[in-house]
Amino acid sequence: MIEAKNLKKVYKAGELDLTVIKDLSLKIGKGEFVSLIGPSGSGKSTVLNMLGCLDTPTSGDIIIGETKTNGMNKSALANFRGEHIGFIFQSFNLIPVLSVYENIEYPLIMIQDLPEEERKQRVMSLLKEVGMEDQKDKTPDKISGGQMQRVAIARALVTKPKIVFADEPTANLDSKTAHMIIELMKRIQKEHGTTFIFATHDEKIVSNVDRLITLVDGEIVNDEKVAS
Amino acid sequence: MNNILKISFRNLKRNSRRTLLTASLITLGVIFVLLYTALSTSFKSYMVGQITDSVMGHIQIHKKGYIASVENLPLDRNLNQKAIEFIENQLKDNPYVESISYRIKFGGMFSNFVSSTNIRLNGVIPKDEFKTLPLLKERIKGESAKLKEGEIIVPEIIAKGMDVKKGDTIVLVANNKKGSVNGINLKVAGIAEQISGPGGRDGYIHIDDAKKVLRINEVEVSEIVIRLKDVADLKKAVKSMQAISDQRNKQDKPAFEIHTWEALSPFYNIIKMLDIMNISIQIILISIVLISILNVMIMSVYERIKEIGTISAMGTPPKTIVKLFLTEGLMLGIFGAIVGSVISVLIVFGIDAAQITYSFGRQSDLVLETSLSFTQVITVSIIVIVISLIASISPAIKASKLDPVEALRSN
Repeated sequence: MIEAKNLKKVYKAGELDLTVIKDLSLKIGKGEFVSLIGPSGSGKSTVLNMLGCLDTPTSGDIIIGETKTNGMNKSALANFRGEHIGFIFQSFNLIPVLSVYENIEYPLIMIQDLPEEERKQRVMSLLKEVGMEDQKDKTPDKISGGQMQRVAIARALVTKPKIVFADEPTANLDSKTAHMIIELMKRIQKEHGTTFIFATHDEKIVSNVDRLITLVDGEIVNDEKVAS
Repeated sequence: MNNILKISFRNLKRNSRRTLLTASLITLGVIFVLLYTALSTSFKSYMVGQITDSVMGHIQIHKKGYIASVENLPLDRNLNQKAIEFIENQLKDNPYVESISYRIKFGGMFSNFVSSTNIRLNGVIPKDEFKTLPLLKERIKGESAKLKEGEIIVPEIIAKGMDVKKGDTIVLVANNKKGSVNGINLKVAGIAEQISGPGGRDGYIHIDDAKKVLRINEVEVSEIVIRLKDVADLKKAVKSMQAISDQRNKQDKPAFEIHTWEALSPFYNIIKMLDIMNISIQIILISIVLISILNVMIMSVYERIKEIGTISAMGTPPKTIVKLFLTEGLMLGIFGAIVGSVISVLIVFGIDAAQITYSFGRQSDLVLETSLSFTQVITVSIIVIVISLIASISPAIKASKLDPVEALRSN
């Protein structure tokens, strides 16, 4: 599903070259529920961004499905993300001027350009799945953090992506809501076979994933399957 | 496209006070330009009308070299019968020409039997002169603006200085082209109001009286004044008179010279200045629109970096992000142009309905009229809309080029 070969990421800091990812290789299969863990500055988010085609590696290859993504230009990467990848963010990042329904519908209009009937069917189905049907006309400022993250999950899934990347998805949620969100994602992974890749510190997520990849100073120090 | 419009509209509504302020600024700019255009166009046509319809006509034809020495009113550079017939033949079927007037221009001494002063005079065929200069009648104070043989219309400045009134008898003395002096008695038929510009202080007598005092026995005139059916055809009309310009004399040099009122009147430069001011004001408007929209759009991009990062991460193509921001700028421009145009048209109607009067030079009680064409409104609106679009390009491109990772990190 995802293969990273000898990834290296170097940032320029004035005269200095900062190597944040050093020769990282990994494979993640279809439908896996994986978490990247490690201390701050270990490179979790950088790996997540590179695998999610938001950032490009300084060297090395990323292959998603059959597609080698390095070397693609900005537009091609955007199209690829729109077709195959979903994102869930720590701060939910809903578009404030759109309603719950319109936020979920957004990728189908602006990215996939689907006909209205199909859009409606997909959005309503996801609204039901995340339990937000009765809130669909509200704008993000009128709903709670947990509800916003549910909307963000629905938005990430509405394009039927193969992979969903989630960067600290529960960091801004209370414990109970975070647990509900993890349960929701787990259920979706099981029902849709979607691959979830997290970058997190949250023990609640860590204790629910199938696989834990531990990063320290830009290198994988541990990669283990976890019995869920 | 509907969705881009919807999102852009909502983004503008998000900061409604700022949007309203920017749109108001553009609206005010549009109103300012359109009102200035409406008033200056009206003033310009009034000025042109005064110059061409009461003094100069639209086009004048002279013997070559006459204009160079016009200050001396030379009688030896008059057009003779053959020249007049040639010109008449050329103008006979000219589609642009409305009417023609012939003038003998000369200088003389004006005496009220007590004192005397210099006077510049036009010997005219009254019927032709009044037809060619329809506003001339309005300049003449008197019961009827008629001029018969044995009568004179005295310029106001001389009438006042010499204390001459309508009905008085005066003596006109003039030198003919050979230098001999002759004089005739004339009765004052009216007083001509002074008007600025060449010929604005001239008096009028019948052409036969002019010939009599100048002892001209042949057919000859100093100038031929032409009124066009439409002054907008000035250039085309001059071009249609090419045969007159091309005519050569015995020395194989050009026989005639054709001048438009623009070339003869110094007021044409004032009119050109009005046009330049109009353009300057439009440039100011463009600057207002450009700076306002650029400012709003830059602020908008700056405030929404994280949001741009989010939609970019989701896979929104850069060109769609460009479209979103261009649409916002365009909407501001369209709003300002439409509201500004509507308010301007209402103000223009208001000014016309109020019949505001003003004074200009020696003339008072002139009604302030406006002239605003549909083309002018559309032109200004298109300028505003295009500039709005141009002003949004840079922020829109900046937004589309944001690195999603960096954008998502921002607060």
